[in-house]
Amino acid sequence: MKQSIFTVEENKNIANNTMKMVLAGDTSDITKAGQFVNIKIEGFFLRRPISVCDVDDHSLTLIYKIVGKGTEAMASLVKGEELDILTGLGNGYNTSKSGINPVLIGGGAGVPPMYNLAKKLILEGKQLKVILGFNNSSEIFFKEEFEELGTEVYIATVDGSVGTKGFVTDVLKNLDYTYFYTCGPENMFRAIEAIVKTSGQYSFEERMGCGFGACMGCSCETKYGNKRICKDGPVLEREEIIW
Amino acid sequence: MVKDLNTELCGITLDNPIIPASGTFGYGYEFAELYDINCLGSFSFKGTTLDARFGNPTPRIAETPDGMINAVGLQNPGVDMVIENEIPKLSKVYNKKVIANVSGFSIDEYTEVVKRLDSQEQIGWFEVNVSCPNVHGGGMAFGTTASGAAEVTKAVRRMTKKPVLMKLSPNVTDITEIAKACEAEGADGISLINTLLGMRIDLKTKKPVIANKMGGFSGHAVLPVALRMVYQVYEAVRIPVVGMGGVSTAEEVIEMMLAGATAVEIGAANLINPYACRDIIKDLPQAMEKYKINSLKDIIGGAH
Repeated sequence: MKQSIFTVEENKNIANNTMKMVLAGDTSDITKAGQFVNIKIEGFFLRRPISVCDVDDHSLTLIYKIVGKGTEAMASLVKGEELDILTGLGNGYNTSKSGINPVLIGGGAGVPPMYNLAKKLILEGKQLKVILGFNNSSEIFFKEEFEELGTEVYIATVDGSVGTKGFVTDVLKNLDYTYFYTCGPENMFRAIEAIVKTSGQYSFEERMGCGFGACMGCSCETKYGNKRICKDGPVLEREEIIW
Repeated sequence: MVKDLNTELCGITLDNPIIPASGTFGYGYEFAELYDINCLGSFSFKGTTLDARFGNPTPRIAETPDGMINAVGLQNPGVDMVIENEIPKLSKVYNKKVIANVSGFSIDEYTEVVKRLDSQEQIGWFEVNVSCPNVHGGGMAFGTTASGAAEVTKAVRRMTKKPVLMKLSPNVTDITEIAKACEAEGADGISLINTLLGMRIDLKTKKPVIANKMGGFSGHAVLPVALRMVYQVYEAVRIPVVGMGGVSTAEEVIEMMLAGATAVEIGAANLINPYACRDIIKDLPQAMEKYKINSLKDIIGGAH
């Protein structure tokens, strides 16, 4: 974990209620896909944990949904404003277990971390399939960005306006893969768990106090004991999860 | 002029009055990865019970204006694992005396936990939590009546020669009666305030945010309540008071000491700024200079 000041480079709307923020600053502590940052927003007591969508040596891309007053305030930030951010939080995805043909499944606000993960897996020479699930066409983002990585991208929308009509599982059930990685709402996880054919990793969301393992605000029970979503997670392996 | 930051808590000298509060600092080693925690006056480790506890279901956390609510529910590995795993780990990163925060659901549990921890050399004080708002049938139940608090004090007192600080709940009609009852049964100090019982409701679901419905309200917003209670208890008892509640700056530490605190615990501030305690210690000499204070010991209770 590292605390540092980042500068907003860009903060724009990319889909319905969905913002993309690019920040410049010290990213050296972000080492794995699936990690998150915790952002102090003026006027709010608790920091806001947001997963990392993309990262390079000096900048960080976050995609976040406006879901409450905190993210609303974040959405109003403009280029040049500074933010106090804790970086390098969470365990992140373990890419070594993927096999050669992993599938990445992102649902809504769970799509962003899949992007950094896809880049990492491609660098490791893996052939990926990516399934992105949204409610409707107005919520879709990053389809092209994933395609530009050279991955097979499947879209599922609940209303059928783009891609397969239905849920990510309606795509998943017809695919072959060696492993899966996912992030999204818990009801999507349950649907995946019901049909998935391999091992894999789920990234969980929970209301957090500190985001770095001190307060025990986000604990969960696993088959291997209690874990803190913020520190021992957010990524848990399929085998350890108690549903 | 060189500033004198040290203070004395029940016969043990602290290099400075800053103590991370129980439940916001784990068993210390998480923070030791960030800075050398030996700069701390002491720290109060995670509330420890006889058996391991998972605590309450999630969500356990809610935000409030300038504060937060938690309903963790005393998650801890249990006293034996604390002795086996946590204390050895904290010994590697911290070389001063620590405060053992203990909790229980019966008098016997309190005494048993203290008895088992008593031989640990690094424990300088016991802080007996009779004020956790997040568990049923124990915790706060003892701390909301003078007789309950007195009963726990008396029982724990017999188990150890180390100083016993009773950690009190602000969710009471008259905290001075409870503090006096603890003093009468041999408490060496009073620490306060634990969290205030609070609630938030999610407008989307129209239900409480926290799974346990209610939780402990803390953070910057509670500072005036904490100051008032420390001030009252300082007048009511002769034993030292450890003040806490909403303190997050060096100036607020001075304010808390003026109210009557011999030492000051920092809680929720650690969760927002993991370097909060280190920063406060660093800022103290300058704040003392600004208010013409040479020795912190001299200002304890100065507002009276």
